[in-house]
Amino acid sequence: MAHDVIPLVRAPHGRAMPIVIVGHVDHGKSTLVGRLLHDTNSLSDAKVAQLRAMSAKRGLDVEWSFLLDALQVERDQGITVDATQVWFQTLRRRYVIIDAPGHREFLRNTLTGAASADAAILVVDAKIGVSEQTRRHAYLLNLIGLKQVIVAINKMDLVGGDRDRFDDVASEVGEYLAGIGVRPLASIPVSAKHGDNIATASASMPWYRGPSLVEALDAHEPLPPPAQGPLRLPVQDVYRLGDRRAIVGRIESGRLSVGDELRFAPHGATARVASIEAWGRAERQVSAEAGESVAITLDEELFVERGHVASNLDGRPLETSVVIAKVIWLDRQPLVAGRRLSLRLNTARHDVTVDAIERVIDVDTLTDAAADRVDQNGVALLRLRSKRPMLVDSFASSPRTGRGALVDGYRVVGGCIVEQTLVDSVDNTAERRLTSDVRGANGGDSSPVIWLTGLSGAGKSTLATALQRRFTARGLRSHVLDGDELRRGLSSDLDFSTQARSENVRRVAEVSHLFAEAGMTVIVALISPSAADRAHARKIVGGGFREVYVRADLETCRSRDPKGLYARAKAGEVRQFTGISAPYEIPTAPDLVLDTTGASVERSVGALEQFVDTNFGTGRAAKALNPEPEAGRLAKRAAAMLRSSESHARSIAKAVSWRATGSLDTFVVALLITGNTRLAGGVAATELLTKIGLYYLHERVWALLPWGRRRTVELQGR
Amino acid sequence: MDELDWLEAQSIYILREAYSRIGEPVLLWSLGKDSNVMIWLAKKAFLGNIPFPVMHLDTGLEFPEVYAFRDRYATDWNLNLISDPCPPIEETDPTLPPASRLSARKTLGLKQALARYGFSGVIAGIRRDEQATRGKERVFSPRAEDGQWDFRDQPAEFWDQFTAEYPAGVHVRIHPLLHWTEIDIWRYIARERIPVVPLYFARDGMRYRSLGEIGITFPIESQAKDIPAIIRELESTREPERAGRAMDHESEDAFERLRVAGYM
Repeated sequence: MAHDVIPLVRAPHGRAMPIVIVGHVDHGKSTLVGRLLHDTNSLSDAKVAQLRAMSAKRGLDVEWSFLLDALQVERDQGITVDATQVWFQTLRRRYVIIDAPGHREFLRNTLTGAASADAAILVVDAKIGVSEQTRRHAYLLNLIGLKQVIVAINKMDLVGGDRDRFDDVASEVGEYLAGIGVRPLASIPVSAKHGDNIATASASMPWYRGPSLVEALDAHEPLPPPAQGPLRLPVQDVYRLGDRRAIVGRIESGRLSVGDELRFAPHGATARVASIEAWGRAERQVSAEAGESVAITLDEELFVERGHVASNLDGRPLETSVVIAKVIWLDRQPLVAGRRLSLRLNTARHDVTVDAIERVIDVDTLTDAAADRVDQNGVALLRLRSKRPMLVDSFASSPRTGRGALVDGYRVVGGCIVEQTLVDSVDNTAERRLTSDVRGANGGDSSPVIWLTGLSGAGKSTLATALQRRFTARGLRSHVLDGDELRRGLSSDLDFSTQARSENVRRVAEVSHLFAEAGMTVIVALISPSAADRAHARKIVGGGFREVYVRADLETCRSRDPKGLYARAKAGEVRQFTGISAPYEIPTAPDLVLDTTGASVERSVGALEQFVDTNFGTGRAAKALNPEPEAGRLAKRAAAMLRSSESHARSIAKAVSWRATGSLDTFVVALLITGNTRLAGGVAATELLTKIGLYYLHERVWALLPWGRRRTVELQGR
Repeated sequence: MDELDWLEAQSIYILREAYSRIGEPVLLWSLGKDSNVMIWLAKKAFLGNIPFPVMHLDTGLEFPEVYAFRDRYATDWNLNLISDPCPPIEETDPTLPPASRLSARKTLGLKQALARYGFSGVIAGIRRDEQATRGKERVFSPRAEDGQWDFRDQPAEFWDQFTAEYPAGVHVRIHPLLHWTEIDIWRYIARERIPVVPLYFARDGMRYRSLGEIGITFPIESQAKDIPAIIRELESTREPERAGRAMDHESEDAFERLRVAGYM
């Protein structure tokens, strides 16, 4: 049979529309692909010659499937092992075909291929009709959200181009698709072998008046990433650019512009987009939309790391530790409840437990039933619970962020879409949400317990509260366990004997452990003079324990002595006072030593914060891509100086009063020299305005310089 | 976003995934058009400075123009370049056809470099449209201890959930250009003004369409003296890209055997 071949025109420019060909094994998928390529004139002469040679060698006519079955084993056995891609073009646009194998055990390859397609061709053998894999593949397409489906009823030559047979098969497929909520774009009778209704209308089936396969494809559009939806920017990484940090990732939906206020889940801190960074672009970028891989800087330093998600202030992802997900299970080993897996959602990875197998779906009959296991290639609704809250969207509301992969060790064992997001009231408290993140960074077993030990007056409580303030500012929650407070409550029954002190340390360690278990970062400020007690505390708390020795010489501690304890101890009023009348065992191998003798609180707490960040990944050092430019750092420091401390109104008032006096002088002198009131007034006014501005800035800078000013921050010992 | 923007964004995403998730990656620079585009994309992904080494597997048989290009752009682009000589031909599988043996030197060179420098990930600029077996590749493609590619058991890969974690001894090949076509590459080179080795442009009616070593790469007849002419030529050509690569044509499965053994 002769066929018109679409003339060779290579004009269309634009995104190649990815399409996937699925269907039961031997229903003719690969042949259809070969035919599509041939009839759209997309094959090189050399390729056709190669194909003929390969076919002849195996005693076959031109075997189109060899185009895709590139591997020796595939050609020899006549099956497709893995998905592949080939390109063709029509007058309308370019296409990339993802050919997915139909063989049952290669379903994961089919899924791999189909997941990146915009439209699908479901191939059904006209003689055989709908088979098990026709249904399974159609179900799979629906599961992954592929709604643009064209049904190709193939091998029409084998049924003599019979219209009734076509109608029967088409309605059988249509019914099944309707059952899963898919309306096919078209159902087309084709013969891939002979090229009927592939690129052009076929003369052998005059009763068919619908579009050819190519026409049906051309009638539909590739799907762009959803720029209109809510903003979702899952954080891929954080890079250091000099003293700035760039947050990188791909916008999955929505758009952002410089100046937009973003919210970062899970901690909920917000900041504005200061810039969109790019290399090799002529003009500065001011906005970006779904599909773009961006690098943004913020106007404020926030703790952000891989797995976090930026959104607008409203329309943010839900945070929950339980989801109901529809899963396609790919592993040979059946899935049972209680199984522990990793769930990859966007750039995050969560340890999850299969809480329950809610329903297993029979893709043949579309019925679901309770079951205690999911077999390979089965589909089921699972209840998944994670240790720490996940940031999720339902697949229905945000397809690109509402789907993920299940991983067991090194293997991807399933794909899933989030059917329902559940608010889990127990696990979803703010406290847990915020610090459990820290805990994840620490290897997942325990949150940090920062144990500050040292003499009374060394600065432990001051550092503890200052650190907590810093954490809070960064959107991290923490809890301070202060010795004084604990003595008033938990340990009010204890005195200061050595034994009672051990018991006190034990209790504080147990409480810290409980807090840490619940996902809290704990900062303990406790003298804890005995090395053995501290070692015991380390044992109780476990992996998150860090001993920080806050050191200050006795003189400094005494001079601070905010509660007058040293004075009283010296007078003998307080017995068993550490450092005076009771021993303090200096830690021999602390995790960190902070000497507060000459250091400001700011410096000490800075060092402590950095220590926690490095140890627990709380501020995981951004990756430096460029050395930090000196000028940028200085400019930043100057900007910081202009920001804080003395009230702006006061600076302004001071500047105005001082300058008004000065300008009055100027006016008088100018009047004396020129004798012209207006001229003198002008001179004075100009001076007044410019100098007020200068003086204001001058004041602000001075307000920040500590030099010559009395220390206002006091260290409060315990 | 047009097609090139989309391709660029996807490749940048892959490069950033590789850097974020692979401990010690290395980027292979063959000095051909594709790997130049890849370097360019990496500079975009990492805002001007590629944070891992770039490796040239040097058989000593490159064209002089290629070496000149390497030396100039390694400096201009501020690359941390590793360029070690590949092992001699005697160490390759003697049952391979001659041109394939030459290519197998690169496979051996790569294995030695992986062992010597401890790289756990190799970023390579292959494309699915170049060659049929490459069409079967994953974006993150694991290679067993001996460098073998097990195409029968590739990891599931969907929604850009790549598998980057593997047991010790396995290294991962990362393919940021898998979804590009030859014409996309040239359109992008034109748009971004990316430098390429001058051998791609026609001289005396001949040009190289695909660049490999001297002796196993041959020029094609062409009048295309600049990029727009190359694009026009590609829009109407009937010849496959690798027609000038001897090793692809020595036997039906020559290239497949090379790739299974670890060749790019």
